[in-house]
Amino acid sequence: MFRKLRGLGFGWNFLIFMVLAYFVTFFINFQIFIESLSFLIGLLKKVLPVFFAVFVLMVGVNYFISPNKIAKYFGRKSGVVGWLVAIVGGIISHGPIYMWYPFLADLKEKGMRTGLIATFLYNRAIKIPLIPFMILYFSWKYFLILAFVMIFASVINGLLVEIIVGKCSSENKLVHKEKR
Amino acid sequence: MEGPNGKVKNLKRAIFRAGSSLWKMLPIILGTILLVSLVNVLVPRNFYLSLFRGNLFLDSLIGGLVGSILVGNPVMSYILGGEFLERGVSLVAVTSFILAWVTVGVVQLPAEATILGKKFAIIRNVISFILAIGGAILTVLVLNLVGGM
Repeated sequence: MFRKLRGLGFGWNFLIFMVLAYFVTFFINFQIFIESLSFLIGLLKKVLPVFFAVFVLMVGVNYFISPNKIAKYFGRKSGVVGWLVAIVGGIISHGPIYMWYPFLADLKEKGMRTGLIATFLYNRAIKIPLIPFMILYFSWKYFLILAFVMIFASVINGLLVEIIVGKCSSENKLVHKEKR
Repeated sequence: MEGPNGKVKNLKRAIFRAGSSLWKMLPIILGTILLVSLVNVLVPRNFYLSLFRGNLFLDSLIGGLVGSILVGNPVMSYILGGEFLERGVSLVAVTSFILAWVTVGVVQLPAEATILGKKFAIIRNVISFILAIGGAILTVLVLNLVGGM
């Protein structure tokens, strides 16, 4: 049985482990189980449209954008344009961060720089529709300064990730496994 | 020139590629959604407030750590941050909490490591954590320079 589970890969084992955790919670504390379940349903409702949008984007990237174009805009020699696209893309992207991992893995496979992926992920911190909330709880001045600091930090983050991990990491095991 | 048949074939191939990539990543994403829901309910909000000590440096570190572990909509970080601020937690600590909330993801780390690579995920999160504290100090410094909140 353990051999079979090992053969499933980390993703399925992780999912099975989480389902088991819910089973255990069901027997240990029914109240927490119900609350987690209702939170889960709410989250799934929010996530499903994003999942669909990510699928459409991935189809679009596979259909319209060749690896050469990816290399031009997000590759080793993409320059300032690559950073700008990663910053703006991160800011305008919507939904939970983990929903964007498959899309970014797809671009990474086609040659996107690791630093630009890190910058994209960091800029998801700035959410335009949430600006009024930030101003409500803090202030205009605070929001503006924080936004500039976040954009600046996102580039530092991208550069540091690239220095340590490498510009175009071939570490994407999942995608490589799929290819085999 | 590519004919309509070629276009349809390419579209089918694009749909298949996107679908199979997403299908392979589905269990890790579903597992993360299950984990996020459980962590959100298991850890009461008041618990985090009790962690702050009133020391500027230590509180910034705690703010960053708490923000890294907590997950959810960024709005929640503003609400909690506002609550922390009202109860006397320093603005640097609150800012590092908000920054870490959205840029560091301990709960999402298994998904990020599996899909984007282990080394990439760990390095990115560690750097984001350090930048959350550095960014918080810089934000408050600049804010003080322009006359405060």
